[in-house]
Amino acid sequence: MSVRTLPLLFLNLGGEMLYILDQRLRAQNIPGDKARKDEWTEVDRKRVLNDIISTMFNRKFMEELFKPQELYSKKALRTIYERLAHASIMKLNQASMDKLYDLMTMAFKYQVLLCPRPKDVLLVTFNHLDTIKGFIRDSPTILQQVDETFRQLIEIYGGLSAGEFQLIRQTLLIFFQDLHIRVSMFLKDKVQNNNGRFVLPVSGPVPCGTELPGLIRMFNNKGEEVKRIEFKHGGNYVCAPKEGSFELYGERVLKLGTNMYSVNRPVETHMSGSSKNLASWTQESIAPNPLAKEELNFLARLMGGMEIKKPSGPEPGFRLNLFTSDEEEEQAALTRPEELSYEVINIQATQDQQRNEELARIMGEFEITEQPSPSISKGDDLLAMMDEL
Amino acid sequence: MVAADLEGLHEPAVRRADLGLRVHWCVLPFRVLLVLTSHRGIQMYESDGSTMVYWHALDSGDATPVQAVFARGIAASGHFICVGTWSGRVLVFDIPAKGPNIVLSEELAGHQTPITDIATEPAQGQDCVADMVTADDSGLLCVWRSEPVFTLLTCIPGFGVPCPSVQLWQGIIAAGYGNGQVHLYEATTGNLHVQINAHARAISALDLAPDVGKLLSAAEDTFVHIWKLSRSPESSYIEAAPLL
Repeated sequence: MSVRTLPLLFLNLGGEMLYILDQRLRAQNIPGDKARKDEWTEVDRKRVLNDIISTMFNRKFMEELFKPQELYSKKALRTIYERLAHASIMKLNQASMDKLYDLMTMAFKYQVLLCPRPKDVLLVTFNHLDTIKGFIRDSPTILQQVDETFRQLIEIYGGLSAGEFQLIRQTLLIFFQDLHIRVSMFLKDKVQNNNGRFVLPVSGPVPCGTELPGLIRMFNNKGEEVKRIEFKHGGNYVCAPKEGSFELYGERVLKLGTNMYSVNRPVETHMSGSSKNLASWTQESIAPNPLAKEELNFLARLMGGMEIKKPSGPEPGFRLNLFTSDEEEEQAALTRPEELSYEVINIQATQDQQRNEELARIMGEFEITEQPSPSISKGDDLLAMMDEL
Repeated sequence: MVAADLEGLHEPAVRRADLGLRVHWCVLPFRVLLVLTSHRGIQMYESDGSTMVYWHALDSGDATPVQAVFARGIAASGHFICVGTWSGRVLVFDIPAKGPNIVLSEELAGHQTPITDIATEPAQGQDCVADMVTADDSGLLCVWRSEPVFTLLTCIPGFGVPCPSVQLWQGIIAAGYGNGQVHLYEATTGNLHVQINAHARAISALDLAPDVGKLLSAAEDTFVHIWKLSRSPESSYIEAAPLL
């Protein structure tokens, strides 16, 4: 499997998360002067996005992310996003965090599946980054961080061959295998069926570099065409559009990865009637998972160790609900099918000052810059660290 | 019939971590072996899947940290089994009539990028007849003869897209590419004789029914097509016609 997939997965899922949070925050927006202490204002929204984006593109974190490595499991990745979402004054209940992660993953799965060429996943990533830059255009420092990551992406992925992108694509699709959560927006737009499978279109433009299907050409020994046959191929394709730009700035052409959420389209996910293919997911999440062996991977630890300036004193109740009411959120938490539970154990490292110092001290004792040697499994590495506590 | 998926068997030899699994029945003169490739190595089983007769761990010595290490592309040629690797090298295993004394007898060089697929057909009896084709991620095809020793006969260059699947039939090489095209080449000369704009997305697999000369192509555009391969009676140039 490709060891260059994690940055693409992380950045695109992160982008989707920001789109959803932005939409929900805007939907719950109250004009500043009319807001009570526990209601969201425009200023709060900008602050939340700024905090999350600046954490996401933290230099050290990006450095670790871009090292060649295998993909993390869905559970391990969710831990990172949970931390990321809480890198601001915003709080999310378990049910809302679950829903957020479901939406993020299904959206990116859709984008990867529909990419015309494997290389187009890079354009999808650039679309996410372009929009993220729009969110923080008033903050030059964070903008610089994002541009730095952008440049790194161009440097690393710009020169990869079609074959390497195909491997990346396969690695991503395996990550998303058996995920069939129905998303109301996709169902309404008819890009997803009732069984949770996405609809693959058989019309529209062919990818750049592909000819319109329907022609057979035959040649002689000198390479001269001697015969041609046209045939009906079943689809309804048109010529490829111009190629999108892979530079820092430019028209991407591809629409996948742009913000499909608007304030008036609340997005629901459907848990009931999930397909029987959940069997494999069941095996993954029900397996015994003692605290010591939770994939508290390096990235998650790094994320938890980052300080965000928070107002001193007791925190106001800045909770974001991804559902339309508190009752609905509670109900969702109670009725979430067993097999879809992420079984994430929350270690409140971000809020426990003492524990944070402890982790920082431990991290200081290890040579963080070195890649752990491949013969030690992730679990053993972690156990060794836990023994030091 | 063999179906490979991640849920798979819970035998010690087949582990869920083995992603990128490819499976192939290798029909040899005196036995049939089931061969599996993954990012760890190559496993060979008796045809009923009961016993593993051979395990070859991949040598990742030359790989840089960014290269994925895996085996991909399996074919039987005479009493040999050929398996492609991430480096472009093709491993040739000598298979005895029975028992586990399988030996890696040589490594074929010819490709610089990961092998995608290998196709073979029984030699037609004449001299210098190509009986094996190997394909890689750059779209390069190498055409080989296996007797008396494995010899590279000719190379057919790629054109910027991978060649995920290749077939060989009566001296005709059928190659499916990442841009949705199927090409038919004359194996002896390497000349392109048929170019089919078959699909709107990358071709996933080709299969061939040797008794009737029908070629099947499946692609990520959700379509499956069947083509009739033939030779023109006058010029004996390769021709193709769409059936489905």
